[in-house]
Amino acid sequence: MNVTFKLNGQSKTVDVPADMPLLWALRDVLDMKGTKFGCGSGQCGACTVQINGIPTRSCQRAMSRVQGVDVTTIEGLSPDGSHPLQKAWQELDVPQCGYCQAGQLMSAAALLKRNPKPTDEDIDTAMSGNICRCATYLRIRQAIHVAAGTTAMPVGSGKSGREE
Amino acid sequence: MTQTTTTRRDFLRVSGIVGGGILFASYIDTLDAASTFVAPGAVDFAPNAFIRMTPDGIVRIIAKNPEIGQGVKTMLPMLIADELDVEWKNVRVEQAMFDPVTYDPRVYAAQSTGGSTATPNNWLPMRRVGAAGRAVLVTAAAQIWGVPESEITTSAGVVMHAGSGKRAAYAELFDRAATLTAPALDSVKLKDPKDFRIIGRSQGNVDIDGIVTGKPLFGIDKTLPGMLYAVYHKCPVFAGKVVSANLEVIMKEPGVKHAFVIEPGPDTPLDGLLGGVAIVGDSWWLVNQARKKLKVNWDEGPTASQSSAGYAAKAAELSKQAPARSLRADGDADAALKTAAKTVRAEYSYPFLAHVALEPMNTTAVFKDGKMEIWSPTQNGGGRRLTSQMLGIPETDISIHLERGGGGFGRRISNDYLVEAAAIAKMVPGTPVKLVWTREDDIQHDVYRAGGYHYLEGGLDATGKLVAFKNHFVGFGTKTRNQQGQEVEGFVRGGGIGAQEFPARFVPNFSFGASLIPCGVPTGFLRAPGSNAHGFVFQGFLDELAHAAGKDPVQFRIDLLSAAQVGQIPQPGQNTFDPERMRGVLELVAEKSNWATASKSLPKGTGMGVAFYFSHRGYFAEVIQVTVSRQGALKVDKVWVAGDVGSEIINPTNALNQVEGSVIDGIGEAWNQEITIDKGRVTQTNLNTYPLMRMRDAPKMIETHWRKTNFAPTGIGEPALPPAPPALVNAIFAATGMRIRSLPISKHDLKWS
Repeated sequence: MNVTFKLNGQSKTVDVPADMPLLWALRDVLDMKGTKFGCGSGQCGACTVQINGIPTRSCQRAMSRVQGVDVTTIEGLSPDGSHPLQKAWQELDVPQCGYCQAGQLMSAAALLKRNPKPTDEDIDTAMSGNICRCATYLRIRQAIHVAAGTTAMPVGSGKSGREE
Repeated sequence: MTQTTTTRRDFLRVSGIVGGGILFASYIDTLDAASTFVAPGAVDFAPNAFIRMTPDGIVRIIAKNPEIGQGVKTMLPMLIADELDVEWKNVRVEQAMFDPVTYDPRVYAAQSTGGSTATPNNWLPMRRVGAAGRAVLVTAAAQIWGVPESEITTSAGVVMHAGSGKRAAYAELFDRAATLTAPALDSVKLKDPKDFRIIGRSQGNVDIDGIVTGKPLFGIDKTLPGMLYAVYHKCPVFAGKVVSANLEVIMKEPGVKHAFVIEPGPDTPLDGLLGGVAIVGDSWWLVNQARKKLKVNWDEGPTASQSSAGYAAKAAELSKQAPARSLRADGDADAALKTAAKTVRAEYSYPFLAHVALEPMNTTAVFKDGKMEIWSPTQNGGGRRLTSQMLGIPETDISIHLERGGGGFGRRISNDYLVEAAAIAKMVPGTPVKLVWTREDDIQHDVYRAGGYHYLEGGLDATGKLVAFKNHFVGFGTKTRNQQGQEVEGFVRGGGIGAQEFPARFVPNFSFGASLIPCGVPTGFLRAPGSNAHGFVFQGFLDELAHAAGKDPVQFRIDLLSAAQVGQIPQPGQNTFDPERMRGVLELVAEKSNWATASKSLPKGTGMGVAFYFSHRGYFAEVIQVTVSRQGALKVDKVWVAGDVGSEIINPTNALNQVEGSVIDGIGEAWNQEITIDKGRVTQTNLNTYPLMRMRDAPKMIETHWRKTNFAPTGIGEPALPPAPPALVNAIFAATGMRIRSLPISKHDLKWS
């Protein structure tokens, strides 16, 4: 079927099977590789995109339900990597392998949009659907605080953290 | 060592031919910005295979080893850049292909990720590579200025002669430098560590821009013109074979172009080419949909009779017998146990574990004109030999691009997924094929951390000193061939144990033996292999002995580390256990966690546990504080880590990241993870049955402290993991009085009143 939707601000029409998940339309039809395949069952968060601003597991979203919606992927989070979260991720050197981080950033960006000054608990709740197998969780939490301008708890990590 | 003055384009081609590497010009990776800084006709300076400097001041450095998130793509070039004495901001890092000719492992250490070896094995060779480049520039300046080399200094890409006040940017010397020959690597002078300007200072991940903007950096992101996609369906019972399959049905499914059976490779290992059905087509999602209609008659083979319950029963049976083999015997453990003032007996066990790297296993391959070109997120170049053996293609006709891996943890040391992709590509010559496993494939066809069972006894004298220690390790075995080619029974890969396992040689009466359970499940190396299980067993049991002795758990360990050594003692050296270094980190973590007072002043339900472990040449001691609710809910409050990996923390930001990741990884393994076998197959399927750590369960704080010692630096990807599981169970004991002797912790009810 033909599906027309907005992708990172631009209108797109693709001819895909109605039940193809958005993840695979993005990766293999539109050749946008930023959104990652992790578990295929909505449990790891690597495929997180925003649909109408809401963080959504793209591996669970059939293209028939993408008609007319507004999709934002990591490639559209900012035109040039300048979103406050992307800058905080760089400042704190968050990633190890980096595979989950697009999904982490998309969840975090949605969190900050609805809650610009999140607490640790808010962050834990919003981010626990996104697995980081390398376990960069302390830096992710701290980077969200840095982007939000909220005081980070003293965490012994990150380039600006304590080193002895 | 020769220098060249070829252009960038020639450099690529020459490297490719030398390494037998780049075979199809049309598939050469586009090197980002390669054309932006090579002015036509400009003279470059390439003193060796790792460095190419261009007149605009950009320094291109080859990262030799595969990157899977351990930070080696940043760290190895740091070593070169510091000795070359250039600005880090001018460095552009380029990933090497697998090419053991250009990057001769006898000279530069292997292009392999595993065993936390990149740091110790490359510390000198990579620095020498940089220093050799600098030496040529110094010679060039000395010749042009007519001054002795000994009077010339360098700083951040500038050569200087103090006496005459002469200065030149490196680029100004390239014409002369290009006529010189670089000195032999073992003759170059290295920097005094106090002069390091890049080493020891945090340098961010070189791929971070691409990571945070979603660039196609990973193996799974590879795309080639005309590429097809594949899934590969194997027997759920390990090494089962295809008898028949409904391929004609599959061929009619949308998007399917090919469906065929692949026979097992000749004498294939369990992590080689096992038999299965490949489905190839226009879209990965479509071929995976078609797979749901696949019906296969399997010959399940002998492993179908194996199960976790059967293994446990066999272990219990073997525990009643004497060990099949002795691994170590000092003094007389049996006699000492009889006369000991107090004895403690315990059984410890741990399950099989999976790796679950977040990027599913995948590889892209094309077979054309008899040559196989492969793009794979692998941890080594072993896929070349494996592909050659399984598919009968000469090694010189196989090339491997080392793609960034989305996590590895030892999984990608095995190249089963790589050779599967090559086998599929060989069936459709000329067409590139990308094989991608599902998460279920990954969890059900891993090379697992082997389980194990330990039957322990310890004896204390009247003063609480450990005088006897006995362990019967029942592990998993398989038939292998020894060096003489005879078939012998040995531990499965990654499932063995060393005769030096602590507290070996610190207890006067020590007996350590092993028995084996036959195992048809593929096993392999999981981050800190062996150590990730044995840390739990030995540091857990030592904690029991400390409490039985009525001693503080830290003091008991310090006393043990201070005990006179007995029996066969390995030569002291950088790679062998040094009790002084271990005592150093143990005392440091006790101090930083305020152990002496804090551990004794916590309310019931909160407790601190301690453990240490030596692995991969690194010394780590950790304290974990937990809170267990009356209802039994576990929360990890805080972790203190003290580590000794030698004289330098090469890249502090990454070292801390690795420590924190290792600690949380170890906690997650101990807490929630288990692979169970039933009828020769894995019962877990996806993350709902194999839970990984999430942010809400991670400790809120991990505090890491370094103890720098006068030893060459060693690796950081693994050694912080093994103390975490025992520190965790020891903390649960301190909080609740409940002793965890089998993993995962989630199978125990932690309720207390």
